[in-house]
Amino acid sequence: MSWLRRILRAGFVPFEVGLDKLVGPVWNPLNHLGALGFFFYWIVAVSGIYLYIFFDTGTTAAYLSVEYMTHQQWYAAGVMRSLHRYASDALVLFMVIHMAREFSLDRYRSARWFTWVTGVPIIWLVFAAGITGYWMVWDKLAHYVALVTSQWFDWLPIFSESIARNFINPDFIDNRFFTLLVFMHVILPLILLAVLWVHLQRVSRPKINPPRGLAIATFAMFVALSLVQPAMSQGPANLAEVPGTLKLDWFYLAFYPLFDIWSPGAVWGVAGVLTLLIVALPFMPPMKRLAPAVVDLDNCNGCTRCVDDCPFAAITMAPRSDGKPYEREAVVNDKLCLSCGICAGACPTATPYRARARKLVSGIELPGISIAGLRDRIEALSEKLDGQNRVIVIGCDHGAKADTVSSASGAAVSLPCIGMLPPTFVDYILSRGLAEGVVLSGCSEGECYYRFGIEWTEARLAGERNPKLRTAVPRERIAKVWVGPGGNRTLAKAVRDFQAGLTPLPASKPTTEGKPPPPPREYEKPSEGKALEEKAGGDA
Amino acid sequence: MRKLRQMLALAVVLALFGVMLGYFTYRPSYVHFSDDRALIKISFITGGQRVGKCIRRTRAELAKLPPHKRKVLICPRERHPIHLEVLVDGMPRYQATVRAAGLSSDGSSKFYRGLVVTPGRHVIVARLIDSGRTTGYDYETRKEVALTPRQHFIIDFQRDRGGFIFR
Repeated sequence: MSWLRRILRAGFVPFEVGLDKLVGPVWNPLNHLGALGFFFYWIVAVSGIYLYIFFDTGTTAAYLSVEYMTHQQWYAAGVMRSLHRYASDALVLFMVIHMAREFSLDRYRSARWFTWVTGVPIIWLVFAAGITGYWMVWDKLAHYVALVTSQWFDWLPIFSESIARNFINPDFIDNRFFTLLVFMHVILPLILLAVLWVHLQRVSRPKINPPRGLAIATFAMFVALSLVQPAMSQGPANLAEVPGTLKLDWFYLAFYPLFDIWSPGAVWGVAGVLTLLIVALPFMPPMKRLAPAVVDLDNCNGCTRCVDDCPFAAITMAPRSDGKPYEREAVVNDKLCLSCGICAGACPTATPYRARARKLVSGIELPGISIAGLRDRIEALSEKLDGQNRVIVIGCDHGAKADTVSSASGAAVSLPCIGMLPPTFVDYILSRGLAEGVVLSGCSEGECYYRFGIEWTEARLAGERNPKLRTAVPRERIAKVWVGPGGNRTLAKAVRDFQAGLTPLPASKPTTEGKPPPPPREYEKPSEGKALEEKAGGDA
Repeated sequence: MRKLRQMLALAVVLALFGVMLGYFTYRPSYVHFSDDRALIKISFITGGQRVGKCIRRTRAELAKLPPHKRKVLICPRERHPIHLEVLVDGMPRYQATVRAAGLSSDGSSKFYRGLVVTPGRHVIVARLIDSGRTTGYDYETRKEVALTPRQHFIIDFQRDRGGFIFR
């Protein structure tokens, strides 16, 4: 499936980069597909409640009541009808894009399987809710939708009588049918809401509201569209005639023409196979699973920072089990852990300043990518650097490739997520003279692969979230480049520009060979120096 | 200034999105059934006659049974399949034998099929066998109809109303 992901990614990247440049990451709709989907759902729900007040059930009353709303009360119910229509259409579109994008970003496997799989019934429910809505208008399109849908369901060997028979002659249809439709059109969105709740159960701090500016602008667009092109019926349903030329809503009914080509059984087959395929995607090889985070009780004081920062609610606090004088200890749920390392970045014990007499182990960290190994790697890179504007780039595996900026005066190290970096490492690099500057790079802003890596890093550097970067650390020696995987050149340019503006560190007195002075403190060479290389080898 | 530029850009992006949304919500039109065709729809559900004859129990036989089992008529469950033929202008357009639903073949036989024809005058003949007979038909109806473009002409069958109903 990696080939399909690559193709989709190549399709998304120009839009992501372009929209980031045009409207900024905060307002980029692609960064808020799920939240916008929720927003559209609420527009549909509120407008639907209003429309329900005026809707009459009955073969002629249904159509007439919708016509009344559209024409006599165009300024209120008419606009509401259009909002109902367009927000529903946008919901379908954003749902499909959301799914395709999460797939392209490889955010559907490992511990994310639950969110992915629970998204599948959402697709069915959104379509079912929308299609029952089209029936309620009882115009020519409704007749077509009723005929085709009922013929589709009649194929299933579970109905003793033909449902489609109700829609082929005016004598066959019953007013009570519309009462059933109203019930369906109300109950299905409610079930949808319940499944959406389940969908988000394994997501910590789910973003279900888009940024206010984006929400207002999107709503204004819907209103404008509703006024320019109000939703209209297509003439009353005439059951004595076969529906002819129709203005299909292609967002909901794009697959309906298939029924004119294929048998209902074939369409069931394709729908069933597609559904099963989507469900099976997270479980298809190759399985990608790094070792989950591990708590080291000797270094865990039960501070709960890792619990607060984990984007996937994979860490909980439990009563202390080792007799140490702390109330609680962190416990990792391996099934939920995505091995992002953000917990290690949050741990107060994950500091490179700790004495070397004892092995450096933080309270929580990834087994393959230890904090000690990160310190060793950075020190080793520093030793190879030359010049007076040395830079260490700390990037993330899902953003721009940090190692493309390597040069005589620049070196890079990549982490699973930039949120794994404890801010003390920045302090350490600058205070020990390991480099004149530090560049932090990662996914594009607002679109962290592990959701909160960038947000937490920014907050930690700004001193707004623990662990905070010391205020004494010179901020002008820190650069942040959030450009995502398509931004290699942007990152390289940003690093060059940053290097050009760097001055030698006050404490840094380069030797005649241009080499940095030895670190201010004596230390032993740690033994876990190859941890990063081991991780890279075991990540395939 | 940057914020203003981003707001304008967002307005343009959403306007384009709105145009796309507005377009595909109604366009392009789709021709499901063109005006140069009409549709004869066979749609009914009916049960065949029972395969065996019903047996009437005598008073003596009933007296021997427990009260809750004293049923006068004992009928076999199995029903004959329904055989249907539809001819349009003398040409056979549909012919099928549908067995009764159910594990014991004691349910109804369901028919739902559309026959596309050109609008205009047609002679429609519908024949049905529900008794398992091998010669002749139990029901036969012939009618000349003038079909209008896209007309939905229904061939229904209701035994209690005399057989075929053309609507």
